[in-house]
This record gives sequence, C-alpha cells and structure tokens, in this order.
Amino acid sequence: MIRASLAALLSHWWRHPLQLAMLLAGLALATGLWSGVQAINAEARAAYTRAETVLGQDQLDRIVATDGRLTVARFAELRQAGWPVSPLLEGRRAGLRILGVEPLTLPRAAAVPGMPMLGSDDLGEFLAGRLVLVAPETLDRPGVAEALAGLKPQAAPDLPPMTVLADIAAAETLLGARGEVTALLIDPGRPLPGPLPSGLERRVAVADQGLARLTDSFHLNLTAFGFLAFAVGIFIVHAAIGLAFEQRRPMFRTLRALGVPARTLGGLVLAELLGFALIAGLFGVGLGYGVAAALLPDVAATLGGLYGAAVPGVLELRAGWIVAGLGMAVAGTLAAAGQGLWQVWRLPPLASATPRAWAVAAGATRRLQALCGLGLLTLAGGALGFGSGLWAGFAVLAGLLLGAALVLPGLMALVLAAAGARARARGVLSQWFWADARQQLPGLSLALMALLLALAANVGVGTMVGSFRATFTGWLDQRLASELYLTAETPAEAARLREWLEPRVLAVLPIVSTETNLLGQPGDIYGIADHATYRDHWPLLSALPEVWEAVARGEAALINEQLSRRAGLGLGAVLDLPGGALPVAGVYSDYGNPSPQAIIGLEAFGTRFPEVQVLRFALRLPATEVEALATILRAEFGLRETAIVDQAGIKAFSLRVFERTFAVTGALNTLTLAVAALAMLASLVTLSASRLPQLAPVWAMGLTQAGLAGLDLARTVMLALLTAVAALPLGLALAWVLLAVVNVEAFGWRLPMQAFPGDWLWLFAAAGLAGGLAALWPAVTLMRRRPADLLRVFANER
Amino acid sequence: MNAKTILVGVWLGLALAGAAVAQGFADLGATVEGFALPDRDRVLEFPEDHAAHPDFRIEWWYLTANLTGDDGAEYGVQWTLFRSATAPGETEGWQSPQAWMGHAAVTTADAHHVAERLARGGVGQAGVTLNSGAAFRAWIDDWEMLSDTAPGEDALDRLALTARGDDFGYALDLTAEGPLVLQGDGGYSVKSADGQASHYYSQPFYAVSGTLDLPGGPVAVTGHAWLDREWSSQPLAEDQTGWDWFSLSFEGGEKLMGFDLRDGGEGFTSGTWIAADGTPSRLVPGALQADPLEYATVAGREVPVVWRLRLDDRAFDVTLRAVNPGAWMATLVPYWEGPVRVTGSHTGRGYLEMTGY
Repeated sequence: MIRASLAALLSHWWRHPLQLAMLLAGLALATGLWSGVQAINAEARAAYTRAETVLGQDQLDRIVATDGRLTVARFAELRQAGWPVSPLLEGRRAGLRILGVEPLTLPRAAAVPGMPMLGSDDLGEFLAGRLVLVAPETLDRPGVAEALAGLKPQAAPDLPPMTVLADIAAAETLLGARGEVTALLIDPGRPLPGPLPSGLERRVAVADQGLARLTDSFHLNLTAFGFLAFAVGIFIVHAAIGLAFEQRRPMFRTLRALGVPARTLGGLVLAELLGFALIAGLFGVGLGYGVAAALLPDVAATLGGLYGAAVPGVLELRAGWIVAGLGMAVAGTLAAAGQGLWQVWRLPPLASATPRAWAVAAGATRRLQALCGLGLLTLAGGALGFGSGLWAGFAVLAGLLLGAALVLPGLMALVLAAAGARARARGVLSQWFWADARQQLPGLSLALMALLLALAANVGVGTMVGSFRATFTGWLDQRLASELYLTAETPAEAARLREWLEPRVLAVLPIVSTETNLLGQPGDIYGIADHATYRDHWPLLSALPEVWEAVARGEAALINEQLSRRAGLGLGAVLDLPGGALPVAGVYSDYGNPSPQAIIGLEAFGTRFPEVQVLRFALRLPATEVEALATILRAEFGLRETAIVDQAGIKAFSLRVFERTFAVTGALNTLTLAVAALAMLASLVTLSASRLPQLAPVWAMGLTQAGLAGLDLARTVMLALLTAVAALPLGLALAWVLLAVVNVEAFGWRLPMQAFPGDWLWLFAAAGLAGGLAALWPAVTLMRRRPADLLRVFANER
Repeated sequence: MNAKTILVGVWLGLALAGAAVAQGFADLGATVEGFALPDRDRVLEFPEDHAAHPDFRIEWWYLTANLTGDDGAEYGVQWTLFRSATAPGETEGWQSPQAWMGHAAVTTADAHHVAERLARGGVGQAGVTLNSGAAFRAWIDDWEMLSDTAPGEDALDRLALTARGDDFGYALDLTAEGPLVLQGDGGYSVKSADGQASHYYSQPFYAVSGTLDLPGGPVAVTGHAWLDREWSSQPLAEDQTGWDWFSLSFEGGEKLMGFDLRDGGEGFTSGTWIAADGTPSRLVPGALQADPLEYATVAGREVPVVWRLRLDDRAFDVTLRAVNPGAWMATLVPYWEGPVRVTGSHTGRGYLEMTGY
C-alpha cells in the first residue's frame, strides 16, 4: 500500500515537471547562495584562525618590555636567570608579516607544521637564513618574490597568507632590526624561576581576535545577504509546495478514502519532501561552491583592502558548510511545507477540497503581520536611539528590513483599496482590475516582500557604494595633489635626482615613512615637508589653528580618522610615538587604509628615524610637462617603469582597488534580485492555475483572452512598481544606517551620504522588468489556453 | 676522552648543518672545509686553552663526578657543555655559526634524571669566557661552571658548578688536588689507525662537596670529579660506528682513561694510565682490552652494563658494573652515561659512556 501510495504521490510530479523544476530550483538556489556565503565566511575565518594561532599565539604567554624595547642582550640575561623563553622578532616589510623565531629554544607548542626542527635535514638551511617558510599562494603574489630575493622560500600550508616564517637571524636582516626582539615566548612545559625583573611584563596568551572582530561586520553583511537570498528562495519553495498540495488535494482525499491512514500519508509526503530537500540541497551546495569560488578572490581583495586581512583566494571544501547547507535545505523545506503537511495530517477523509485555502489563510493574517511589522520598526528605532556598536547597527538593519516587509501587504491593500475606490468612476473593467489585484495580493504578498527586500538592499547598498565612490574620488583628488611620484633605488640616486630636479620643477617634496606600531597596532608614520601643497590640499577633517606650522616645527602630529576613532584621540590629545609623544593637531580622512597612520614634520622624522632613507619624492610641476619630464627622467637616470608614477596612474590604481572591493556586494545584489524575480514567477504560476474560476466569468462577459493576459501582465508590473515605490525610502534608510552606523563601527570612518536619483530610475526599471518577466509566461499561458478550459470552469464540480 | 661525546658533539653539528642524521656515524669521519685541524706539534697553553676554540668544529667541557650522599647512597653527576660550529670563527649576533648544547644528569641506583639545553652562539645565551684575571666561566642558560681561583692557581683549580632540570638540580664546589693531565701525546690524542685525532686534556683530581636537589629533598654529597676538555674537527674514521669510554679512579690514587672505538672489525682502543701524582703514561693502541660481560635492555636497545677491562702488562684486570643500568641519556642525540663500580685487581669508582648502540 505504501508503495502504491508513494507511486500515486510521485505521479503528480511526473505530470507537472515544471513545478518540480521550480521546487528544486528554488531550493537549490536558496541553499546555494546561503552555503556560498557560508563557504566564503568559513574560508576567511579559517585564515584568521591561522593568523591568530601561528606560533602558538593563542597558547603561549609572552614577555614584552614595558617601554616596548626588548633586546637580544635582555633575552640572554633572562635565559641566564633560568627563564625558559624564546625570542620572537616580528615586523612588516613590503606588505609581508615577517616572523623570526629561534628554533633551538622555540617551545614545542609554537612549532609550525613544516618548520624544520632539531634533527631535520633542513634545519641547517633554516638557521643559515637561506630557507624561509611562506604560505603556498603567497609566493605568487606580486612583490613577494622580490622581497624575498636571495632566499629559498618553502611552502608551508599552515602559515597564514602574507606571512613569512624565518630564522631570527634572517628576520633581523629582512627587517633591518639587528639586536631587536619583539617578544619572548614562555615555554609552558618548564617552571619559571621567580618574579619577572622590572621593565618587563607578562602577556597572558589570548587568541588575538582583532582581525575577526574587525571583519565581523563584513561577514555579518555577507551572512545577511546570504540569509536574504535564502529567505527569498524559500518563498519560491513555499509557492511550489503550496501549489502541489493544492493540486493534490483530490488525490489525498482519494487515498484516504481508499484506506491509507493519515499518519502513513503524512509520513509519505514528508519522506517525499525530505528526498527533494536532499537532492536540491546537494545541488545547492555544489552551486554554493561555485558561487563562493567565483566570489572569493574579490572577497579576499575586499578584506585585504579594507582591513589588511590576508585571506587566500582559493576555496577549500569544508565539511562544516556542506552539512550546514544541507541542513538549511531540509529546514527550509520543512518550514515552507509546514502548513501543507499539517493539513494532510488533519484532513478528514471525506472533507471537500477548499480551493486556495492556503492562499486565503495568508490574507487573514495580514493585519497581524502589519502589527508585527510596526513593532519591529519601533524596535529598530529604539536600537538606533539607545543601542551602540556594530550589533546595534545590524539590529537596526534587521528590524527595518523585516518590519517593512511585514507591513508591505497591509500597505499595498490600503493603496489598492484607495485606487479601487477612485477607479469606480472609470468603469467596470477598471474597477475589476483593482479588485482582482487586491484579491491576488495574499498569494503574491510573500513574493512582493521578497522583491521589496531585494530592491531595498539594492538601493541601500548602491547608495552606500555610490557615496563611498564619490567621496573617495574627491578625496583622492585632494590627497594626490602632486603631479609625479618618484622612487629612487639608492640614497645616492635619490640625491642625484633631487639635485637634477630642483631647478627644473616647481617643488621636490620628499616622502619618508616607516612601518611601526601605533598604540599596539601595526601602522605607518610619515614625514612630510612644509609646503603649500599640503596646506592647500590635505583633506583635514578637523584641525587646531596653525596646524601646519606646528607640524613643520616638529611640535605636533596629524593622525588619520581610523586612529582617531579607534583610540578615541581628539585634537590636543597626546599620541605616543617612538622617540617621544606629540600632541594631535589635526585629523585627516584616509579612506581605504586599514591601518592607523600618523604624520609628523620631515625634520622631526629624520631625528626620530635616522635609519630611514629618503628615496621617494613628490614633484610639483605644470600638468602639461609631466609626460616630457617622465620621459627625460627615464632616459637620463635609467629609472624603471615602476619608479615613476604619475597622479593619474595612482588614481586609476586606487579606483581599481575600490571597484574590486565592492564587486562582491554588487554580485550578491544582482543574484538576490534574480532570485526575487524567480519567486514572483513561482507565485504567479501557482496563482494562475487557481485563478481560472475568477477569470472565466470575465472572459464569458466578453473580454478576450489576450485582453485578460494583458491586464494580468499590467497588474503584476503595477504591483512590482508599487513595491519599488515602497523600497525606495526603505533603501535610503538602509543606506543611512550603513553609512552612519555600521561603517563607522566597522571601518573607522564616516562618509557623507549622497543621493543618486539616476539609480532610482534604474530601480524602477528593474522592478518593472522583474515583474514583467515573471508575469510574462503565465500571461502567455493564459492567452493560449483553450476556450474549453475556461468553459469547463462552469461545468466543473469546483 | 669520551668517544661518545665526540659523537654527540658532531651529531649536533650535523643536525644543525643539515646533514642527514639518518646516515649515521659514517658522516662523523667527513672532513668539513675551512676548520682548523689538530696539530701534533702544538703545545697546549693554559689558561688560554681552557676557553673555546671556535676555529675547530667541535669542543666540550665534560665533567663527571662519583659522589656519596650523607644518606650513604652512591650518586653520579654529569655536567657537559658541547660547542659545535657550522663554520669556523665567531661573529656577534644570531648570525654566529656556533651552537651550544648542555647536558646535565644525576644518577642514583634506581633513578636517572636528565636535562638538556640548546643555545645559539653570538648572543650570550651560552659560551665560555676567560677574562684577563683568568676567571673562567662556561655557561648555558642558568647552568654554570665558574672559576673561583686564587692568584697563582690554574683557572680550573676551583670551580662552582650548577645545573638544574625540571625534577632535579645541583650546586657543587670543586677543588683540584692534582695537576692538569695531557692525554695522548702531550695533549694530542689519536682516535683511529688512520690518524684522526683531537686535542685532549683532563683535570681528574677534583674533590667535590655540595648539594643535590632531588625529588625526595636535598642531599649533601662529597666525592670526586673528573673534567675532560677536548676539541677537534674531524674526530672519527669513516668506518667507526660508536664507542665505549671509561674514566676510572682507583683506591691507590691512580686513574685510567680508556676508550674503545668500534668499527666493523677489531676496533681501536687507547688510553692513558695516570699515576697518583698525575704523571700520564700513554697506552699503546690495542693494549687495553675491553669486553662486555652482561647486557641490559635500555630504551629498547641492548647495552653492555658490565665490562671486563684488562691491561696485561700492568697486571690490571677489573670488572666494571653500572650503578644504574638504566642511565640512558634520552637527549636529542641519545647515549648511555653513568657511574660504575670497579672490582678486581683494582677497586674504585668511575664513569662509563657508551654511544652507537
């Protein structure tokens, strides 16, 4: 009996392959986008974990100097006093994180797999400073081979990207930090001889969650997008399953009448759904892998650009998100089919089928939904007013989006009712058009909510990216005021260049910088000349009077907005710098830079960092002479192509980085919109089958099938456009929250919001197109329907 | 001196230099370019030769002591500092080609405590210095051999010795009661029929007092100690696979240093008979006959822990018995090293070292 019942149930799909395809496609799409996002997040988190646990950072306590200056001599003193410590030298060079370790004393817990240990063949090479370890793909990154020239880099898959593990002797040379030690790792396996000598402090091992915390917002963003896509996909599934239940009602009744117990029938339907969920889930996970693999390089670029986080561009299959993806597919299916399953369970054997019951039920809850939505909107307002931090920002976003989606059907019903009332005067057809639209609303409301979310996300993210781009280009124009930028290879060449250039250009401005720790985070300090170029153009957000004079005299420093916000340093606050603290006299915007930065006067820089050579210059000259001068410089001094960069080149490069940064957001945006359109299509297909009883009388009264189809098409486009009207303010609110709340928390800078009305036109076009495309196929079907089908409505038992 | 020590030192050098340890002892015979070689005509000078010889590949300061506790029990103590270079010479900083290895052990009848330390040269974590006042210091981490010498005495005449591991430690005062002894031919010690050799001298006359820190509590000890100093660059012939080394002190005040370098065939034995006044007599190669009598299974290997030693022309025929057969040094390069009791024609105590098992 079970077999026969199952055959009967499955025969439905055999006769409705399109429905089956829709069900599976919806589920696979939902699972795919969701697990794609999860895969990206998993890959990035794995990279952070590697970065945080390398050298046992999360397990080994370390000793640092309270004044930040540890030396090799101090290390030897401590060893002679019985401290089981091993030196660690850490620094950055050419964008690489260099870790220098001493293998003979390195605690076992700090060993990196693949690192030559005592007794291994490679140890001699490692100790001699020839062999260094690097993550496999890091070797292929531009600039890495040059930075490690003369060394033998060996691939170590357990190292985080952009990290070089070397013997401390080699690291000293790479970093130019002879005799320096960053920290001393304490061997946890050995007893300590007593209290620490003064001037030293012990740092308890904690996984440094810095990167994970910084990038949280980005991953939350992705997750939110993934969830949005999943929710939209589940709308499709809900529509397809709803239709299948609706159409199989007579079959359920017959099977029950033939003696199949409700429990058996329910179990069979459940088994059938789970089977679909697993099949579609597997497809979805495969799709997710594809999406993630395609997006990961861009995500990696984004994370690198925004946070300096090194994430590999290659995806690894991880059991975690595969299982999670399948789980989401099953959970989503059950959620979408819950109502139908319940009815099958409870269906009295002889109950007559009530057509469209599932759709009508949705309409009955509209009021409740609207109330819930208003509640959520209030909560979002509350979170905005009283909450703080990244989570509050996301709570605002979630409340705003969900609340608005829930309110939408009620709002639409009001608008349609008002329009219907006004249409009364225009004739019966117009009146029917609006009444029918209202009648359709319950069945379409889920799809319209999906469309609303997709459109609002589009507006919001589009506005944010657009504001960002506009600000960024303006800022680049200010900041890159010099016409030409030069890099010499040696101090001697730099001196010759300077001498040669000085009579030929308006100004030669030396640029010096050093990578250092600023308040515990790796950052840069720049020294700049006292020149009108900076006074006139540098993008200061706030400054004390006479700021440039104070900086030139070496009595004050400028800091970037990131450092100001993260450390809470305002104007007049004192900033700790190597060689002595300085008051902050100005804060400048520094978009796209993940690290803290400070600027001091050129002379002060030379005093504090005498070892830094002046190799770079910015040149001021009339724009028309740039090309000629560059040509002469290359010819006279044999400068490499990369040693001379003009302003336009740097701008183009910066903008390219910027565009890549937001490529992912754009891609996910488009995918979500596509899924929303598919959801509409699914809903309309579902509706069109059950709408014949409503359409047949109108047809019988003389309206042609083509006319009916046209009206249907127009109605759907009209509903989509109405949704777009609602999506616009929602999207702008979303953009405001992103710019004023989330970005400040996440990136450390705030951007002014700008509106892009041109994009809104595109939004309406996209909404209309999505609605039109979704309605096209049902309309064509209606047009081609045999009149007999319409006639049968009057004869049918239903 | 300790053939085994040579092995250990060279082995560390090989490990550091990146040669395949798995290739075994054969590599110890390999010549390494650039290092100085032992010279038969060189006259050792003191205190200068107490300090390090960085132009040679390997070197050690090797002290063993047979002690008796105030509890009446017998103890053995080892303190060793090995130097091994990947290139001749010393430079300041991490770039130094020198590496240091310390081994410390305390052996009782039923326990054997071992500790090991490793250090790079050039940074002050380990080293051997001899300042103008002839004050001698050898150290690695907080282990130290420090001279406390009055003017006119040799820098090694009075030493304060400390070391500690996770479960033991010791602090001993050493006073030399006899002269330095040049091993081999005036300090030139031949190690194979092919002429491999080292510079080698000893101070075998230390009287010792001090304290051992053991898991059961501190134990006051007294007894005698023997210091070996040796340096070389190419200590073994290609076919030599390991060795057994003996340093014995007899009740009459005489002492014997002997070694048996094993190879596929006869092996190579040599040594020095030291009179009670410190006068050395070189043993002719092959004069010393060393035969294992009983084996014990230690760390999964069969190691001879009872030996018969004979010198036919001196009516010398003794049996050595390990105080603790389990005196296995489970260090980076593992070996057996522990105190022995001597019975037979002569009675006394001493140390036995065995490598390559």
